Amino acid sequence: MAISRKGCEGCDGITIPSTKEVLQQDIAKNVITAYDRVKMRGMEACMFGSTGTCCRNCNMGPCQIIDGVDEMIGICGATAETVAARNYARTIAAGTAAHTDHAREMVKGFIETAKGHGPHEIKDVAKLMTMAEVFKIDTEGKDKNQIALEIGEKALADFGSQDDNPVTMLSRAPKKRQELWKRLGVEPRGVDREVVEMMHRTHMGVDQDYKNIMLQASRCALGDGWGSSMLSTELTDIMFGTPKPIRAIVDLACLRKDSVNVAVHGHEPLLAEALCLAANDEEIIKAANKVGAKGVNLVGVCCTGNEILMRRGIPVAAGFIQQEMALATGAVEAMVVDVQCIMQSVQEVADNFHTDIITTNYRAKIDGATHIQFEEETPIESAKEILKKAIGNFKKRGDCFIPDETKQDVVVGFSHETINNMLGGTFRSSYRPLNDNIINGRIRGVAAIVGCDNYKMPDNHHEIIARELIKNDVLVLATGCAATGLGRVGLLTPEAASEAGPGLREVCETVGMPPVLHCGSCVDNSRLLVATSAMVAEGGLGDDISDLPVVGTAPAWMSEKAVAIGQYFVASGTYVIFQNLPLTGSKKFQKFMFDGMDEIYGGRWDIEEDPVKLAHKMIARIDERRAALGIDKQRERVLFDMEMRRDLGTGSGLKDAGCHGPEK
Amino acid sequence: MSKIICSAAIRGAHKIVDMAEEKYEAALKKYGAEQEISYPNTAYFLPVIYSMLGAKVENLGDMKDIFKETRNLLPELVTDNIWIPYLGPTLDAGMATFFAEEMYEAIRYLEAPDFYTKTEDPTSENIWLGAADDLIFRKRGVEFVDGTAPGFAAIVGAPDNPETAAKIALELQEKNLYIFMADKGTNGLLMAEQLVKQKVQVGWNTRLVPFGPTYTAAVFAVGFACRVAMAFGGIKPGDYRGNLIYNKDRTFAFVMAFGAVSDEWYANAAGCINWGFPTISDYDIPEVLPTGVCTYEHVVSNVPHEEFVQKAIEVRGLKVNISKIDIPMSFGPAFEGERIRKDDLYMECGGGRTSGVEVLVSKEMTEVTDGEVILEGKDICDISQGENLPIAILVEVAGREMQSDFEPILERQFHHLINYIQGIMHIGQRNIMWIRIGKAAVEKGFSFKHIGKMLHGKLHQEFGAILDKVQVKIYTIQEKVEEVQELAREVYEKRDLRLGNMTDETEEDFYSCTLCQSFAPSHVCVITPERVGMCGAYNWLDGKASYQINPTGPNQPIAKGTCLDPVLGDFAGINDFVNQASRGAVPEVSCYSLMNNPMTACGCFEAIAAMLPQCNGIMVVNRDYMGETPAGMKFTSLAGMAGGGAQTPGFMGVSKHFMTSKKVFKAEGGLKRIVWLPKILKEEIKEKLIQRCEEMGMPEFYDMIADETVGTTEEEVLAFLKKVGHPALEMETAM
Repeated sequence: MAISRKGCEGCDGITIPSTKEVLQQDIAKNVITAYDRVKMRGMEACMFGSTGTCCRNCNMGPCQIIDGVDEMIGICGATAETVAARNYARTIAAGTAAHTDHAREMVKGFIETAKGHGPHEIKDVAKLMTMAEVFKIDTEGKDKNQIALEIGEKALADFGSQDDNPVTMLSRAPKKRQELWKRLGVEPRGVDREVVEMMHRTHMGVDQDYKNIMLQASRCALGDGWGSSMLSTELTDIMFGTPKPIRAIVDLACLRKDSVNVAVHGHEPLLAEALCLAANDEEIIKAANKVGAKGVNLVGVCCTGNEILMRRGIPVAAGFIQQEMALATGAVEAMVVDVQCIMQSVQEVADNFHTDIITTNYRAKIDGATHIQFEEETPIESAKEILKKAIGNFKKRGDCFIPDETKQDVVVGFSHETINNMLGGTFRSSYRPLNDNIINGRIRGVAAIVGCDNYKMPDNHHEIIARELIKNDVLVLATGCAATGLGRVGLLTPEAASEAGPGLREVCETVGMPPVLHCGSCVDNSRLLVATSAMVAEGGLGDDISDLPVVGTAPAWMSEKAVAIGQYFVASGTYVIFQNLPLTGSKKFQKFMFDGMDEIYGGRWDIEEDPVKLAHKMIARIDERRAALGIDKQRERVLFDMEMRRDLGTGSGLKDAGCHGPEK
Repeated sequence: MSKIICSAAIRGAHKIVDMAEEKYEAALKKYGAEQEISYPNTAYFLPVIYSMLGAKVENLGDMKDIFKETRNLLPELVTDNIWIPYLGPTLDAGMATFFAEEMYEAIRYLEAPDFYTKTEDPTSENIWLGAADDLIFRKRGVEFVDGTAPGFAAIVGAPDNPETAAKIALELQEKNLYIFMADKGTNGLLMAEQLVKQKVQVGWNTRLVPFGPTYTAAVFAVGFACRVAMAFGGIKPGDYRGNLIYNKDRTFAFVMAFGAVSDEWYANAAGCINWGFPTISDYDIPEVLPTGVCTYEHVVSNVPHEEFVQKAIEVRGLKVNISKIDIPMSFGPAFEGERIRKDDLYMECGGGRTSGVEVLVSKEMTEVTDGEVILEGKDICDISQGENLPIAILVEVAGREMQSDFEPILERQFHHLINYIQGIMHIGQRNIMWIRIGKAAVEKGFSFKHIGKMLHGKLHQEFGAILDKVQVKIYTIQEKVEEVQELAREVYEKRDLRLGNMTDETEEDFYSCTLCQSFAPSHVCVITPERVGMCGAYNWLDGKASYQINPTGPNQPIAKGTCLDPVLGDFAGINDFVNQASRGAVPEVSCYSLMNNPMTACGCFEAIAAMLPQCNGIMVVNRDYMGETPAGMKFTSLAGMAGGGAQTPGFMGVSKHFMTSKKVFKAEGGLKRIVWLPKILKEEIKEKLIQRCEEMGMPEFYDMIADETVGTTEEEVLAFLKKVGHPALEMETAM
């Protein structure tokens, strides 16, 4: 069913030039996108579903609950707050499950690598040693593979552990936060167990106290952030290299007319890394040459894209929202997918062209797509098979359109380690300059913009929020598809510092960094947990994450993972604001998620649909935190005499020395 | 904006590394990889490289790896667009710069041995001193640690006007800072030469140190800072982070750049930021104001000369506690080493030219009028140039906490305090004191009363806890001077008798000294009446006085408790205290033994004792002796064995004074165990040593002690010992 197109009538919310251009082309006229489906469905999202009060957990219902109307509680008597909490908790469990299954694959891949199997190696030995310390592994006299193997095995145990000990990485949080978790009983144990317990407790007739449900939801989410996600990030770094600042490009223009274009879409970098290695293999290059192509042009989509972007500088063609557009160019020989965020519609779009959709993971198959199982024992062979299939398609390529003008440069790769290093070099790496400049007010605070993009909202909300934040001297850290979107509009370039407020601009110019830092994929939000802990440890900004002028948002969230991420940030002491959340159907529950959480964790949820207002709510929270820290006022410059200098060395001196309050 | 600075610094670093490597390649060809290479008389090799990388560069070939490391550090040039973060890389480029410069200068020492004077003060032909050797470094470096000198200004270029140069130098001196000078600016002028033009004395003694005429000599300043952290801070070579943070927190240094800033200067300035040393410029260059690596701003520019010093110390975050002494001359430690040469001399007192004496006595409270300064006799204004006068300085103090034991301690302050006055030189003490008054001081209006005023002010400041009143009487009339001399003689006799009768057995309390713990955390000095602190600067009375002045300070009384072994010098109370004060690092100390639980050392010792197994005896070498010793090591290498707060049986830091104590090496058989001393030390303590020899009934023993003229190997020494029949050979084995 082709719809006639004039411009982008599919949706008013399209502002991305490459999306507009592609959809205007003749070759794309038969392509049906999510925008079209939003329109075709012709109905609003269900009110009960979107406010959190539709209960389908048993077969007495489904029950639609109306808060405050006695007749409209569940058949079992479940109240609006119980239903909303249960649904919310299940969303978190699902998000955690996704990260956990992803992480498990990475840990297993890591163990294989440690054993010397496969094409990868232990690349980042410094980080290996840091992790050995976290995992309390004696490294004396052991080679790197032996150490890695021991880490890998302990890491794997963190998923399925049946004892009541917390996951290992939890020890990286500030002491005060760890004590709070212990007191509340929300220290996550084996992560699989937390998901199972969550599902159990939200089963009909189990946990029916919304506050108690949210305790387990917090524990489950913390198991994601400080457990699964962090394991995935850290072990992936050790295996594939910790990201360092690197130049790259984003947007559809990275597709090449003269090469076999292979888009890799999904989340697990094991597949993508193997494809990267195979694409440079002589056999593959020859095969590509044979069909008249210069070679294989690998491009990323979604979070897999972010993984290889920041480690290898491989361009990202599209975020979640543009996955169909990449195919609609007609220039992609194959889209190779693994898990998470792959819309079923990609197969339908591909059917218009010569493009193959190749599924690679037994967990994630799509009707109509080609399945080539990615064998972890023989990754290069699997990758070559996939690429050969793509190469075979090159000659079948018909008309295509690549929006060349839209190519955007970016600087990416801001891992926790990079931030450390870029602020002080090899010899003086530290977070001191960051903390200092927050204290002196050049940087007002730090905001994370993370998560997905979503057809519900105009596609420029990340941009609007980010611009508003940097204009107000808030440093932005971005991950996932949000980061890709911000890259597409030029905010990941150091030149973008000119759009920042005077304080942030000065710091960006001193360091040579963009005002928005690309910190990785969505699983890499764990980097932000490590970074906030490092800020606390550096001193001068309180003694817990909740003291920091740090906030987060996943405005245009789509995936359940975003809610899990949000909850682990809230439970770690951060203010988190989304554009909408399924909790407004219960006043009690909403109040608890906002104010109640704040009382317990010093972090809370919030909602604001308007992107500018959302940014200002974040800034208001930052200012509140600054005032609580007493860094909202100009302070006298401290001059040091000998006595004071001696104290500096012993740690009893002024922790936040080096700052003299905000500039007037 | 700082992109300009970072781009220039990285560019500069590339040029410097290229230049140094070229020089290295040429030297390698000429001399070969085995060619030894070093800075003059130092145990720290090339100190920046040694402290940062832990690598010892001992011959040309060793430089190969360092250049490789240097190249690794050298980042790509900053691009015009889409640059990647450059702050970290710029700091790395700065570090690479120092590595390269240090090797460059080392090769210069090889190729042009006379390029630098290698002395403390300039010679008549050459003002460029080059890197400080360990002797200078020890003497000066400790001032950075005890707070006498808060830091240094590394100056490149010079103001156009020599008067301005002199004024800025004076301001820095008044703030007790050292001034390290290198390189000429775009105006072609060198700071050190500008100062000489103004007849300002330069050299280590006035803290105005001309390192070298090129920018590469700036690395000597950084090397000095690195050595301070290693020698006094207990920072291990290779602990780069510890060293850099130590310097950021303790050494308040900064760079002062005059005139246009070249790429090479930027590279050096970038390097300094690693140590937390910011740059102040008088030129219109970009600024880097955000804080973080340095304590405050990193680069501040366009500063007018009138505000230069003030701005510099503010940017570095330095508080200088200047005790304002109301006299017309400048006053402070920076002037302590200044000399009054023949041509500068206006008049002098004492020193054999006329009679001179200084003495401090305590009186009853009612007998002293605080603040009174009496001068009887002619003042400077009453005489003409060249007319010398006799002098007596009698200081009378009173205080509820004052004890006669403290008199000599207070009196000993006169020497350095009088020297602190710019234009005045003080030599000697007691009745052999000697004061030289310079013309410059007279021009500023010097009066003898100023000495009194100053002593009143400073004694109150430093010893306010034990004295309440100070009055000063100065006489320049011969008969009055003789009266004071007579009084002084009585006082000295009483004092000496009291000190001479004091033994470890007569006193119940010993004193600890943990003054150095701020830099050698596990070290505890135990000072007994018969064992002076190994630095030679603190005796038992000092410990007592210091405790009185500051009851929570570094000198605490230690009840010696039960004597566990009178020969080894083991005391229960001492062990308990040392164990606790060293936080368990040193559980036991034997006060009189070299072989059993010897006392630890911080690094400030005057001399080192070491066992010579073949000779069955002990050698002692003092810091001033630079030659080889029978232990097979020079002082500098031995210092590494004895220092650092660890017990190493067979090696121990000692003071020169201890050599003539009855307790010296008592556990090993005492003085008779000593087999070798450098001639210079033997001469210095000759009188007392012979006295001790006579006391033990072996007046001939003095001549049985070998020195370097006998030999610097154990074999040579042993042969001598056999020849003279040294008693150590008959003693039971010490090992």
